Amino acid sequence: MNKIANKAVVNNVLVEVAGKDKNLVVLCSDSRSSASLEPYVKNFPAQFVEVGIAEQNLVSIAAGLAACGKKPFVFSPASFLSTRAVDQIKVDVGYSHTNVKLVGIAGGISYGDLGLTHQAVSDIAALASTPGLRVYLPCDRFQTEKLIRALIQDDEPAYIRIGRNPVADVYEEGNVPFALDKSTLLQDGTDVTIIACGEVVQYAKTAGELLTAQGISARVIDMYCVKPIDEPAIIKAAQETKLILTVEEHVKIGGLGSMVAQVVAENSPTKVVSLSLPDAPVIPATPAQIFKYYGMDADGIVKKISALKSDLFS
Amino acid sequence: MNLKKKAFELRKDVVEMIYRAKSGHIGGDFSLMEILVDLYYKQMNLTPENFKDADHDRFILSKGHAIEALYVVLADRGFFPKEDLDTFGTFGSKYIGHPTNKVNGIEMNTGSLGHGLGVGVGMALAGKMDGKNYRVYVVMGDGEVAEGSVWEAAMAGSHYKLDNLTAFVDRNHLQISGTTEQVMNLKSQENRWAAFGWNVISIPGNDLDAVDNAVALAKKIKDKPTVIIAHTVKGFGVSFMEDKLVWHHRVPNDDEYQAALQELDRRGARYE
Repeated sequence: MNKIANKAVVNNVLVEVAGKDKNLVVLCSDSRSSASLEPYVKNFPAQFVEVGIAEQNLVSIAAGLAACGKKPFVFSPASFLSTRAVDQIKVDVGYSHTNVKLVGIAGGISYGDLGLTHQAVSDIAALASTPGLRVYLPCDRFQTEKLIRALIQDDEPAYIRIGRNPVADVYEEGNVPFALDKSTLLQDGTDVTIIACGEVVQYAKTAGELLTAQGISARVIDMYCVKPIDEPAIIKAAQETKLILTVEEHVKIGGLGSMVAQVVAENSPTKVVSLSLPDAPVIPATPAQIFKYYGMDADGIVKKISALKSDLFS
Repeated sequence: MNLKKKAFELRKDVVEMIYRAKSGHIGGDFSLMEILVDLYYKQMNLTPENFKDADHDRFILSKGHAIEALYVVLADRGFFPKEDLDTFGTFGSKYIGHPTNKVNGIEMNTGSLGHGLGVGVGMALAGKMDGKNYRVYVVMGDGEVAEGSVWEAAMAGSHYKLDNLTAFVDRNHLQISGTTEQVMNLKSQENRWAAFGWNVISIPGNDLDAVDNAVALAKKIKDKPTVIIAHTVKGFGVSFMEDKLVWHHRVPNDDEYQAALQELDRRGARYE
């Protein structure tokens, strides 16, 4: 099992780039250790801004830095960053269109037993609906590195959600297919399509393999780019398979499943089923236990598809 | 032109805009006009020519609803043709009711209150990081400082010793629902900002000389940001609008329009 958290990978990339690019600036809100930023802070104190526990100001300051040519990367727990500072994100980042990269750490239910205050389960709904803002949920350390390296190159705002804990690798070192704003096909198939984003992609991938073993042909899509969403890949899946199942570490309303359903309904109506977190605080447990409890892990995905398959395909 | 007279002439442009569009925030436009005139005509290193350069002074109208005042100043300073403002309030015009950076001369979109000072802190930090000499100016309304985010930014401004940052509080004592003290007591602005570690200068804010002296003084202060508490009169320049809540965003009728222009002419003529 991989021991390197995605946030550590982000830090490594920033440490590497900061030495070459003096305009790279990292900001946090008393969250440097939660974000694993100590190596960066130690090496580049002049390119680091601590704002204290003040997420609104965190985002506004970053926007001001960006307006003067800096390339700010903002780190704060996704729960606070995504909804407490939502007006600053809407106005100072999305609307003013400043080059601010917002990194929500400990996203989703990373803090499984700390309560809803510390869980970011509506960040996609809050931020994908913000005009001018892109939203990414990378799944593993390799894809996270590719994504951060790509985003450092552009000057458009984005929100990136990553989790707190190391997650199982979906890709292999040296074999990480990646195109910015295009989904990644993990496995092709003709019966059913599983579309997932973020750290539950690992379950979608395993489920695809289990389904293959059962004789069900499953297509598995890693939709790390939630916005702009890869509409052609979704429409193709709707046309070529008989069921689309979405999996996300987010509530059902306004998340990946909602967005996929909208694309499917508008273009090629097909049954879409969403596996997501409840419209209520989750049961206090570890992330793995929570995903199992709500039927969102690999077994849950397989069971859901098995239960639906007699109606749709044989 | 004498800049004191200029402030009255620009108010006439505001009256014309708002009368034509049947929309605008005339009271707040008038209370901060001397601040804008001093900054844009005298104190700031900001012109249409250097606006895209890295070294120009930055300005953020955090009380974005006073946009008509900023528009007439920017037009008069040559950031865009004055005729462009004829489209204000019409279908598809980029000259909308709050600042946007689609308009030449405006850097940040504002309108949601309590954002400008934090953005200004970021701009001032960038200047310090790069060893630039530019200064950052932020104008807030007094009702605006009820926003908690203002005080997050106030903390950061003094923490980072941003002596390249000057903020204004347009202290006209009126907001949309009543006096600021009826709605949410703001007294004393001077004490509150001083407690947050800022250099505080308190002035009569419709006195152009006082504004100019305060802005000049702020440039000499080291290791602290400065806030200028500008004690202004909402609707300043037209006696029947002055200190009247209704003129927060009332549109003048035909008689009021004529009377306003005449009084602004008369009062401006004192400075010829």
